[in-house]
Amino acid sequence: MKFYLLLVLSFTFIVSSVSAQDGNATIPSATVKSIDGKSFDTADFNNDGKPMIINFWATWCAPCKKELNNIAEVYDDWVEETGVKLVAISIDDARSQSRVLPYVNGSSWEYEVYIDENQDFKRAMGVNNVPHTFLVDGSGNIVYSHNNYAPGDEDELFEKIIGLLN
Amino acid sequence: MKKLLTLSLILFGLTEVFSQDPLQVKGNFSIDAQYYREDSAIAAVVPDEQIALQGFGNIILTKGKFETGVRFETYLPAFVGYPAGAPWEGTGIGYRYAKYNGDKIEITVGNFYEQFGSGLVLRTWEDRGLGVDYALDGIRVVARPIDGITIKGLYGKQRFNFNDGFQNGDGIVRGADVEFNLNQLLDSVINFKGQWTVGGSFVSKYEQNRNPVYDFPENVGAGSVRLQYQNSGFQFSGEYAYISTNPSSLNSNIVDIPDSLDPSVGIFQYGQGLQIHTNYSKKGFGVGLTASSISNMALQSQRNSGPFDSWINYLPPTSVLQTTLLAQFYPYATQPNGEVALRGDVFYNIPKNSLLGGRYGTKLEVSYTHIQAPDFPVVDDFEVNRKGIEPTLFSWGDDTYYEDFNAKLTRRVSKKFKASLMYMYIQYDNDVVLGAYDYNNNPTKGTVFADLIAFEGSWKIKKGHNLRFELQALFTDQHLQDWFAVVAEYTVSPHWFFSAVNQYNYGNADGDKFNFPVVSTGYINGSNRISVTYGRQRAGVFCVGGVCRVVPASNGLTISLTSSF
Repeated sequence: MKFYLLLVLSFTFIVSSVSAQDGNATIPSATVKSIDGKSFDTADFNNDGKPMIINFWATWCAPCKKELNNIAEVYDDWVEETGVKLVAISIDDARSQSRVLPYVNGSSWEYEVYIDENQDFKRAMGVNNVPHTFLVDGSGNIVYSHNNYAPGDEDELFEKIIGLLN
Repeated sequence: MKKLLTLSLILFGLTEVFSQDPLQVKGNFSIDAQYYREDSAIAAVVPDEQIALQGFGNIILTKGKFETGVRFETYLPAFVGYPAGAPWEGTGIGYRYAKYNGDKIEITVGNFYEQFGSGLVLRTWEDRGLGVDYALDGIRVVARPIDGITIKGLYGKQRFNFNDGFQNGDGIVRGADVEFNLNQLLDSVINFKGQWTVGGSFVSKYEQNRNPVYDFPENVGAGSVRLQYQNSGFQFSGEYAYISTNPSSLNSNIVDIPDSLDPSVGIFQYGQGLQIHTNYSKKGFGVGLTASSISNMALQSQRNSGPFDSWINYLPPTSVLQTTLLAQFYPYATQPNGEVALRGDVFYNIPKNSLLGGRYGTKLEVSYTHIQAPDFPVVDDFEVNRKGIEPTLFSWGDDTYYEDFNAKLTRRVSKKFKASLMYMYIQYDNDVVLGAYDYNNNPTKGTVFADLIAFEGSWKIKKGHNLRFELQALFTDQHLQDWFAVVAEYTVSPHWFFSAVNQYNYGNADGDKFNFPVVSTGYINGSNRISVTYGRQRAGVFCVGGVCRVVPASNGLTISLTSSF
């Protein structure tokens, strides 16, 4: 039975590949929670035709906080120059969820923050580990992604955003 | 179930051919291999195979409203000390599902992960790094009939172990949850101040009782109610849960179910728990307070499960998860049979150009956690000659299970240099938490008191080149005595990293000194990452929900590859 499952899966895959256009991955649908507790469908994420960054992070993840803090220092300039919006997806579960809002405000972040409490969106996006950053173009296509964070990675990200506008 | 899946996959294939929606493929891979070397000084464990290899790959296909996914898993064999509970062995399918994603209704058949509220009565989850996977296998329906109402219903068996494919345990898990966002629902009628969300869950499990002596309940029910309120910077959330009489190996000492009445078997009792979080924050400032009381709250889909297996609910530790290398010696694990806990958090951005803020501003993070044994009234049932407790809430006992205070200052000193300083105090009752071990893997007796100081500097050398270093010192008289650790990490954005770490244990009880040097390097390209690590790893502790698992010391070479697409 396992063999058949595999066979059917590969068959579906091959048939589909023939008919599908390649490359244009969009944001999959999953349910996340806004900070004030509303359910939100991730397929509805958009930035009115402008580029959008989706970043997976957690309050217990040191490199994640480094990345978002470093971007925060230049975020105003980025928004002004490119109209980009950063959507920060916290994968904090019940253990540390109550630290998300105080941390976000305490750090003076101006990002849109959502909570992916049981990692449904993380799974749908194929994320292995945090931090993981995606860049989405104005039409909703995922055009770039980067795993991990090293200082300076935000410069590459900014170049990619600029690249989208030209 | 497999037939159902195959059928749905064929249907999926057919719709694919005829429909206009583009097909989307997403997924990720992870492969880890370790070569183990002998190292008797630190009691390093070498498996018979000498090399361990484990990995998984998720593939998710989406087309319009249809979605199907599968995860292949391989453990040939799994790493030493992995996974947390029942063994994962061989190679096969660990997870597969098909899903219809309609506008108002979502139906999943096969495996799924789900969480009701904060998880006090139901959270099935995975953490592949820790080696836990509580996926349910059955049917789930989620309905959103109008804005502001979410109704969930599920029915399934639960993953227990993996043997050339996932295997489910005996129990059946059933549950329903409803959540109302009052603002969305009653927007036109009432003008609310702030955002209100209320919800309630019911979960039940069935497991046959094969024991001839004890009248174990075959059906166990659990319910919870919850509330979340937010008004700009103020946030409150709370959940109360109740579990009906549920004797299990964790709460009533029934591991080896005896043939005759055994006085060590406790009276079967109900359980209850309450968790409350409240916080206030504004730009540059945040405070939070958490209170939690857990009384007899273990809920597993198999009565006789080990401490890591078959968890239906999730009991998160109240303490803050620490990622500083030496702070990971003493992680707390929730005591499902009873504890009372408090935590306070402060986040403050000291403004720039102030006396303490410096030129660029300084960030202050403080947190304090206190976890105490409960003082349950004792119940003596002379009819059955067994003892037990009355699981009351917030009854403080005398023994401190865990306490920590930690404060961290982070400041950008100049355009090129950023530094942070952290202090932490830990009190850790190892007779209860069982997370501290000596070099022979024997648990340390009594309570451990430790102080930790850590300094971190991050220096931007030139565009894209960064050097990060850490100096950490841990002082304790009760466990392995004092430690000193050095971390150096050089990164070349966006592709390369090189790091060297040494943890030095000087002056431990038997006079030996130990070094644990590790070097690693890695290459990252977009969402692909490969890393190679070589060195000596000290024994580490992983804590999941209620318990801690020790990963033995090892010495050798590890190669890891992760990829997303």
